[in-house]
Amino acid sequence: MQFHLPELPYAYDALEPHIDAATMEIHHTKHHQAYVDKLNAAIEGYDLGTPSIEEVVAAIHTVPEEIRTAVRNHGGGHANHSLFWTIMSPNGGGEPTGALLQAMEEEFGRFHAFRESFATTAAGRFGSGWAWLSLTPEKRLVIEDTPNQNSPLMHGNTPLLGLDVWEHAYYLKYQNRRPEYIQAFFQVIDWEAVGSRYREALQATSPAVASSSAGH
Amino acid sequence: MPFQQPPLPFGMNAMKPFLSEEQLEYHYGKHHAAYFKNLNALVEGKPEAGMSLREVVVQSTGPVFNNAAQAWNHSFYWDCLSPKGGGEPQGDLAAAIVRDFGGVPELKKALSEAAVKLFGSGWSWLAADKQGKLEIMALSNADTPLKHAKEPLLTIDVWEHAYYIDYRNDRAKYVEGLWRAANWDFVAKCFSAAMK
Repeated sequence: MQFHLPELPYAYDALEPHIDAATMEIHHTKHHQAYVDKLNAAIEGYDLGTPSIEEVVAAIHTVPEEIRTAVRNHGGGHANHSLFWTIMSPNGGGEPTGALLQAMEEEFGRFHAFRESFATTAAGRFGSGWAWLSLTPEKRLVIEDTPNQNSPLMHGNTPLLGLDVWEHAYYLKYQNRRPEYIQAFFQVIDWEAVGSRYREALQATSPAVASSSAGH
Repeated sequence: MPFQQPPLPFGMNAMKPFLSEEQLEYHYGKHHAAYFKNLNALVEGKPEAGMSLREVVVQSTGPVFNNAAQAWNHSFYWDCLSPKGGGEPQGDLAAAIVRDFGGVPELKKALSEAAVKLFGSGWSWLAADKQGKLEIMALSNADTPLKHAKEPLLTIDVWEHAYYIDYRNDRAKYVEGLWRAANWDFVAKCFSAAMK
């Protein structure tokens, strides 16, 4: 069983000027590809029981111990990046609508309050990692962050929106100015995609099922 | 301002081709400077403001530790590099490397591998205990041998900001380049100090 690098749903330069073409290309063809390659190398000869990387990551505690760290790191990297590409769009930006907006307002207040809180979490993540808007098993929205390539799926939450704050995600354009990158990200968030992930996650009985629309 | 960033011990353009001027301007001028700035803001009016940076690193936790350790680690990292670096360690240090790793090439290989394999941000360290026994420590984020009662001798910064302008995703090539700039005189000085 092999995992594969998913194609981007848009061109490398589609998110310009917010996220530059060079960053997108290296991020996808080098960093994401390396996670896929190292994951495949680590699991060679093992049957993980599912072709879904989200299911593998959600069940990280049942992965054989000798490959668990490699799967957490590289499988997490594959799952996280696969999601990341799908929640950005050249037609993104703006604000969420409908049920997602309503739930966000109930949890965080007005949209700008969510935005500020998410940005603070993303800027405050020390070292490599991700900031997330996730749905808990109790179907409540939370802003959280994880180190390195850990996924919310690993502790039972369903990621709806993820922002990569590894330096490789922004260094070519923003260098040390992570807060600027975070603001730029808000210009390309595909809230329609996030909203559809929210509706699926509300219905789902397990986080991996809800998350699998991100791709394999 | 209790803590001041020390001057870079070489010119911004002195490390080419290993590190470009642009790489150093960001790394020293932005990242390292920011850790000092953040630390000074965090400790203002607190007991830590009266300590040495090294004491703060050893005693603190949380954001104070992160910024203090990153301030200290980077100052140490610059001292590990020299435009006249490279070559081979000599004397007692060389003997200890042969004793604990089998030889200098073996040490370089082990420290390089630890640097390349470290997942996420962090530092690959050569450290010594009080008896002079050497070991490799691959530590995440701001963590340092000082926190583990070990004395740092040599370090490779593998936060992506340390090499991304010059090497992009090719961390292995950056690590390989570092050996041509390694300041073995400084490493030897740290080694003798470790056993005092």
